[in-house]
Amino acid sequence: MITDTIAAIATGMSNAGISIVRISGEDAFSIIDKIYRSKNGNKILSHQESHTIHYGYIYDDSKLVDEVLVVIMRAPNTYTREDVIEINCHGGVVVTKKVLETVVKYGARVAAPGEFTKRAFLNGRIDLSQAEAVIDVIHAKNQYALQTSLNQLRGNIQEKISLIRDSILHDVAFIEAALDDPEHIELDGFSDSLLEKVEQNLEKLNKLYESADNGRLMKEGINTVILGKPNAGKSSLLNVLLREDRAIVTDVEGTTRDTLEETIILDGIVLNIMDTAGIRKTQDVVEQIGVEKARSSAKQADLILYVVDSSRELDENDFTVMDFIKDRKTIILRNKIDLEEKTSKNDVVNHMKQYTSGEVFVVDISAKSKEGIEELENILKNMFYEGKIQFNDEVYITNVRHKTAILEGIESLRQVKESILNGMPEDFYSIDLMNAYSVLGQIIGETVEEDLVDKIFSEFCMGK
Amino acid sequence: MSYVYESYDVCIIGAGHAGCEAALAAARLGLQTIMFTVSMDSIALMPCNPNIGGSSKGHLVREIDALGGEMGKNIDKTYIQSKMLNKSKGPAVYSLRAQADKQDYTTQMRKVVENTDNLTVKQGEITKILVEDGKVTGVQTFSDAIYPCKAVVLCTGVYLKARCVYGDVSNYTGPNGLSAANYLSDSLRELGIELYRFKTGTPARIDKRSIDFSKMTEQFGDEEVVPFSFTNTSEDVQREQVSCWLTYTNQETHEIIRSNLHRSPLYSGNIEGTGPRYCPSIEDKVVRFADKERHQVFIEPEGNYTNEMYIGGMSSSLPEDVQYKMYRSVPGLENAKIVRNAYAIEYDCINATQLKSTLEFKNIEGLYSGGQFNGSSGYEEAAAQGLVAGINAALKLLGREPLILDRSQAYIGVLIDDLVTKETHEPYRMMTSRAEYRLLLRQDNADMRLTEIGYKIGLIDQERYDKFLEKKRLIKEEIDRVEKTTVGGNAKVNAVLEANGSTPLNSGATLAELIRRPEITYELLEEIDVNRNPLPKDVIEQVNINLKYEGYIKRQIKQVEHFKKLENKRIPVNIDYNQVYSLRLEAKQKLEAIRPESVGQASRISGVSPADISVLLVYLESK
Repeated sequence: MITDTIAAIATGMSNAGISIVRISGEDAFSIIDKIYRSKNGNKILSHQESHTIHYGYIYDDSKLVDEVLVVIMRAPNTYTREDVIEINCHGGVVVTKKVLETVVKYGARVAAPGEFTKRAFLNGRIDLSQAEAVIDVIHAKNQYALQTSLNQLRGNIQEKISLIRDSILHDVAFIEAALDDPEHIELDGFSDSLLEKVEQNLEKLNKLYESADNGRLMKEGINTVILGKPNAGKSSLLNVLLREDRAIVTDVEGTTRDTLEETIILDGIVLNIMDTAGIRKTQDVVEQIGVEKARSSAKQADLILYVVDSSRELDENDFTVMDFIKDRKTIILRNKIDLEEKTSKNDVVNHMKQYTSGEVFVVDISAKSKEGIEELENILKNMFYEGKIQFNDEVYITNVRHKTAILEGIESLRQVKESILNGMPEDFYSIDLMNAYSVLGQIIGETVEEDLVDKIFSEFCMGK
Repeated sequence: MSYVYESYDVCIIGAGHAGCEAALAAARLGLQTIMFTVSMDSIALMPCNPNIGGSSKGHLVREIDALGGEMGKNIDKTYIQSKMLNKSKGPAVYSLRAQADKQDYTTQMRKVVENTDNLTVKQGEITKILVEDGKVTGVQTFSDAIYPCKAVVLCTGVYLKARCVYGDVSNYTGPNGLSAANYLSDSLRELGIELYRFKTGTPARIDKRSIDFSKMTEQFGDEEVVPFSFTNTSEDVQREQVSCWLTYTNQETHEIIRSNLHRSPLYSGNIEGTGPRYCPSIEDKVVRFADKERHQVFIEPEGNYTNEMYIGGMSSSLPEDVQYKMYRSVPGLENAKIVRNAYAIEYDCINATQLKSTLEFKNIEGLYSGGQFNGSSGYEEAAAQGLVAGINAALKLLGREPLILDRSQAYIGVLIDDLVTKETHEPYRMMTSRAEYRLLLRQDNADMRLTEIGYKIGLIDQERYDKFLEKKRLIKEEIDRVEKTTVGGNAKVNAVLEANGSTPLNSGATLAELIRRPEITYELLEEIDVNRNPLPKDVIEQVNINLKYEGYIKRQIKQVEHFKKLENKRIPVNIDYNQVYSLRLEAKQKLEAIRPESVGQASRISGVSPADISVLLVYLESK
């Protein structure tokens, strides 16, 4: 019964640098034929034998996206019992995402959470006795995706989309009210003002669409928190990492960042770095709140950078931090090595060992002289590529899903514009407007239900 | 003491718009049918507005007609003014609306029902539905007569425990002082049926002779009237029409209303029922849309042989003295003589989620329900449900498959699906915005969509069916022909194009390509289309619409294909949602309450998420 073609990133993206984009469905081959090129450019994958591997490149039109290995598998001997293509990408997170986007652009739909498993089951591939397990997968993935989808939206993106949707719904409601009650509500001249609004909304959506690529739409990447006692050099560290050439400058109007949160891209790895208040024992209520906040951010972080001041003795504030981070993936940075040493590397390791039995990484740096920063960056990259940092990689897929939704919204509004310019009747505007409203709702987790009818009645005076 | 009177196959309770369609359908399908009414003089009564049709309601009437119902034919016989609304706004929302001669409408429908074979009409109040082992066995009247039967269709409209109210005056009567049915509600409750209390209202009627029309704008009907029924041609129904009149409320009217709001039963709590948002009383409009300086008032004749005029736009339940002042503040109504006061009416109706899509109660076999009693409002909505309920009662007794129209087939499908799936908390009115596939569900193609179905049921006769097939053939052949006929960019062709403000051709183009241009129609190309045979108007209309809006129509057809997939996935009637592993509690409760028939229907229940649907699909597959 299911016939459309789905795609998703099938591997955790933090693993080892190779990730797989999987496509399943009846268009899998026609899609890969459009985007795959072999070395000599002659090979057509749909003509190749099933269950074979092919070296080549993924192209979006004339633009090279990645160098890949493609595995082709024909129905029914596949995981989903549909035609399945797996693209092994080598170019890292950002490129993998691009490959997925290319696949979507040429006709696939981003899979819903757990959808491959669901298909495998519905097509009889997974044993009936495993139905409950299948449901658990779908559930877990759904909840994860739902959380990701809202939690990871940046700043006021949700609000921006809500505003665009509200404006669209208002216009649809007006058209619908007039169609339903033509004797009370006139549509004369409305198309001019609608055209203006559609163009404004198109502009806003286009900006959002562009911003999706730069991590401005969703918080992709590793959530990193900098912890340490006051004056250990946390902010200086942040500033050093935030070299101008890497910082995401939010020139897009309205993508206001959370306070003290910065995003950097380190060779394609996105780090969301949050600076926190210095941690110290205090009676001051305001400071206590700051410390509490730091503690809770540390809890949610994928990675902690703990800054130790090597020019001072370790004190109870450091021990508090060590207690915070004992179970967390942490890199300890012994800062201020340009000053006289009061705390040695061994001191740090020995103290930390009292809290955790795990491995303790300590890197010596000087935020001031920039010594050790390059080493830190290399360690970060290696940890990422070796899969030592667990982070929420669902967000990459969600981002592609959102981008697709924005694109569809843009297409719908363009269609409205075209209908207006072609002098089509008003009825046709509202169909496409409603589609835009509905797809944009997917981004912020809202469905349509009775919105329109409610809006009509609440805003327009109808009836006998 | 009760006694057995006469046996029937099907018993219809109520003879309004739903009851008449239900009774006619069952009788025409050969079942012995009896229809009860509280008054023989109120058959197909129009107790509120004097029109049939309008936006989306006109669609319903044409669908009723295509399935073999009576409403379209009856309004064609009795209209006194007719208009096609929304003519510039797209073919999907063209809406036919006619003013009826109310008395004549009733009389003509009465003539039909009284002369239909297998149909008995009887005056009497039903007080009890008799049920044994979860199955209907008969009905009992106020006089204790028992009518054994195999199926019952409830079409009680607004009559159950009806109460009419204005100001602090209230009467336990149905509309127009007709007696209410005060006992049946209790019998239904005893059967475990959940009832709601809804309200609606109607404006005053004013004596024509007391109205100064010179202060109003005259509103005419269309010069060329389009019939509702596909059995009539435009020529069949041309007649002299009457006018309606437009005037407006003003600040004085609003001030009178505002200063007397405390005397409205709605605000004093004297009315408990839930009213519809789409047809607010004038006091509601003044309160909710306080910034509007004036509201439209339509003065509509109630018939050719009465001076009563319906005051559209000013329904009210304010006290009599306030009504008097309020109406007289409207230009043209300064000396108005009120014939009937405006009033609100409260009544018992059901929570329609207790019904299957066939309109049979889920828990009582053979008991069907249609019309305003299902929580809808409007004559057309009532008739549509009555028709479906009557057809299904009959098909069941005949041992045949039921009629279920889905949301992609008809407005009737949307109407019934909404009623039985989404709990409505106010009287439900059909609206074009409720139909997601409305480009396909046009009023002009209702016959193309439904005649076949009506024929298979047995309500469309062979002659009409043959005519339909012929029309279908002509449309197809003509579309094929214009798709294949090419015209060159010669002087004659370009002259025609330029005369109609269209860009001239450099090279050849098909006629179809030209018709797709917004400014060109099939008719305009006559001169350059040399091989054209004369075709009926309704065929030309289909050719035009199908070509012009092809892109949009194709897109909707694609959406429908997607929709059908989940719709065709049936849920077993005996499913135990407690056994569905890992379904969220809210979803479980909603599914348990509504017990949807398909996964598609389940997905439309509010509170059931896409993840719940996945879980349900997996569960169904594992069974």
